[in-house]
Amino acid sequence: MSRSARAIAVNAALVLAAGLTLLPLAWMVSVSLMPTGEASRLPLRLLPSAPTLEHYRTLFTRLDVAGYAANSALLATAVTAISLVLNSMAGYAFAKLPFRGRDALFRTLLAALVIPAQVGMLPLFLMLKGMGLINTYAGVVIPGLASIFGIFLVRQYAQSIPDSLLDAARIDGAGELRIYRSFVLPACTPILTTLALFTFMGTWNDFLWPLIVLSDQDRFTLPVALANLLGEHAQDVELMMAGSVLTVAPMVVLFLALQRYYVAGVVSGSVKG
Amino acid sequence: MPGPSDALEPSTGRKHVAVAGRLFVAPALIAIAIFFLVPVVAALGLSLTDFDIYALADRRNLRFVGWANYGTLLTDPLFWTALRNTAIFVIAAAPLSIAVSLGAALLVDAKLARFRGLFRTALFLPVVTTLIAAAVVWRYLYHPRVGLLNRVLAWFGVAPIDWLGDPTWALPAIILMAVWKNFGFNMVIFVAGLQSIPPRLYEAASIDGAGAWQGFRHVTLPMLAPTFAFVAVMTMIGHFQLFAEPYVMTQGGPANSTLSVVLLTYLEGFRWWNLGYAAAISFVLFAVILVLTVVATRLRALGGGLDAPEAARGGRA
Repeated sequence: MSRSARAIAVNAALVLAAGLTLLPLAWMVSVSLMPTGEASRLPLRLLPSAPTLEHYRTLFTRLDVAGYAANSALLATAVTAISLVLNSMAGYAFAKLPFRGRDALFRTLLAALVIPAQVGMLPLFLMLKGMGLINTYAGVVIPGLASIFGIFLVRQYAQSIPDSLLDAARIDGAGELRIYRSFVLPACTPILTTLALFTFMGTWNDFLWPLIVLSDQDRFTLPVALANLLGEHAQDVELMMAGSVLTVAPMVVLFLALQRYYVAGVVSGSVKG
Repeated sequence: MPGPSDALEPSTGRKHVAVAGRLFVAPALIAIAIFFLVPVVAALGLSLTDFDIYALADRRNLRFVGWANYGTLLTDPLFWTALRNTAIFVIAAAPLSIAVSLGAALLVDAKLARFRGLFRTALFLPVVTTLIAAAVVWRYLYHPRVGLLNRVLAWFGVAPIDWLGDPTWALPAIILMAVWKNFGFNMVIFVAGLQSIPPRLYEAASIDGAGAWQGFRHVTLPMLAPTFAFVAVMTMIGHFQLFAEPYVMTQGGPANSTLSVVLLTYLEGFRWWNLGYAAAISFVLFAVILVLTVVATRLRALGGGLDAPEAARGGRA
């Protein structure tokens, strides 16, 4: 095959692959804008005959989607903020603040990565029930307070901070907390951005744990509310697609804005995993 | 926040750093210990009891039953069905997803490809979409009468298939959806792996008369071996935890053909409140994942030593 024929083949394959990949998402958006019932009619329509926002309006006015979105945003923000502080402190210490038994401790932590989160779920549920935290926001946040993977990512990155910089600050009389805030956090901004993005999106997209913990509909996150909506509105394709768009859209926007950090995190998580 | 702020002698300085180090790791480690490690250990204890809805109401109804839950598991057809479905899902979806990831990575990374960044973004997008929303969308794509898939297949004269309603097709349908959702993640890792291969290896291979396929077989694949091992283990672990797709798309049906182990744990534990029994199921899943991870890591150590040609290994400076 000549070079130009190969170039055409490669790019055609890419267009086809990207088209197939985006098709379900494009279809979701298109159907969400169709008048009720149009997606189920024959012959097949790919685009709405008369685009309408009626399903979005229904979601906001009758089905309180704004409330669910606010719950999701609140929980994702809380988990992100808290875990960012805890993970960055621990990750930095594992990289730069030696103490006896530190490396053995870190190895133990890494070994625990192989334990699936679901294993501890049942006792955690009972524990939180005992603490009166079932059906509360705190109950949703608790398993996300700190993460081994987050500590690992920060540690890997913080290792590149020069010791001389930290020592100079110490000689100047800076306390460890000050050094952490004024030198370490700024130096780690890229990895912290990555970690914040992972945590926010992971919490937003999480389903199993909020499903277990939350029982009051007012406290549902978007994914739990969406699954719940499916119970009553399964026949209403256009409405369900509008709900899916609203659940997915913030993540897509966030990813498109910060994708460099996201991809860097995926890759650096795999290097020494 | 005030911190210890005096400049210190080197020896006391080291001690002071050690104290700070312990204090810095403490909050995260305490959180992980209390809310992750303790529950995992407690799960083992829980799995040795008959904790059920009566015990939930009053702890005095709780009895220690030893390994009885594990004995029950062995004779529970529902558990074997769930384990079988999960195994099929892992064995089919994980390699399929890895193959698609590698293919996509080769395309995106191809020298002749244009708009690589754009294509990479497009192929990665399903990874960041909310799984529940994606499952809802695919539920409709698979609709027997009005779903997009059957309508497209009809153009080729294929009779409508009840994807999610037919026990033969439901699991394959979930596998296809999972591949779509996940392949972008490993694609990005493969692209990074491909970009770390020194171009001189390909030049050397082509001087030796190797064609594109031979270059792929003798340079790309061996150089990607470490990436492969990582991707394979992580993908496998992830796929064992299948839950949300069957929860939304099939509720484990039809005829339990998409019942996964995690879904069964959820149903036993939180729907039927057999928490002791559910804990036993989750521990078996953990044991299976652990054994396979250890085997995979051993194989990788073994394979890495035997497979990679000297040239390729030498190239990895």
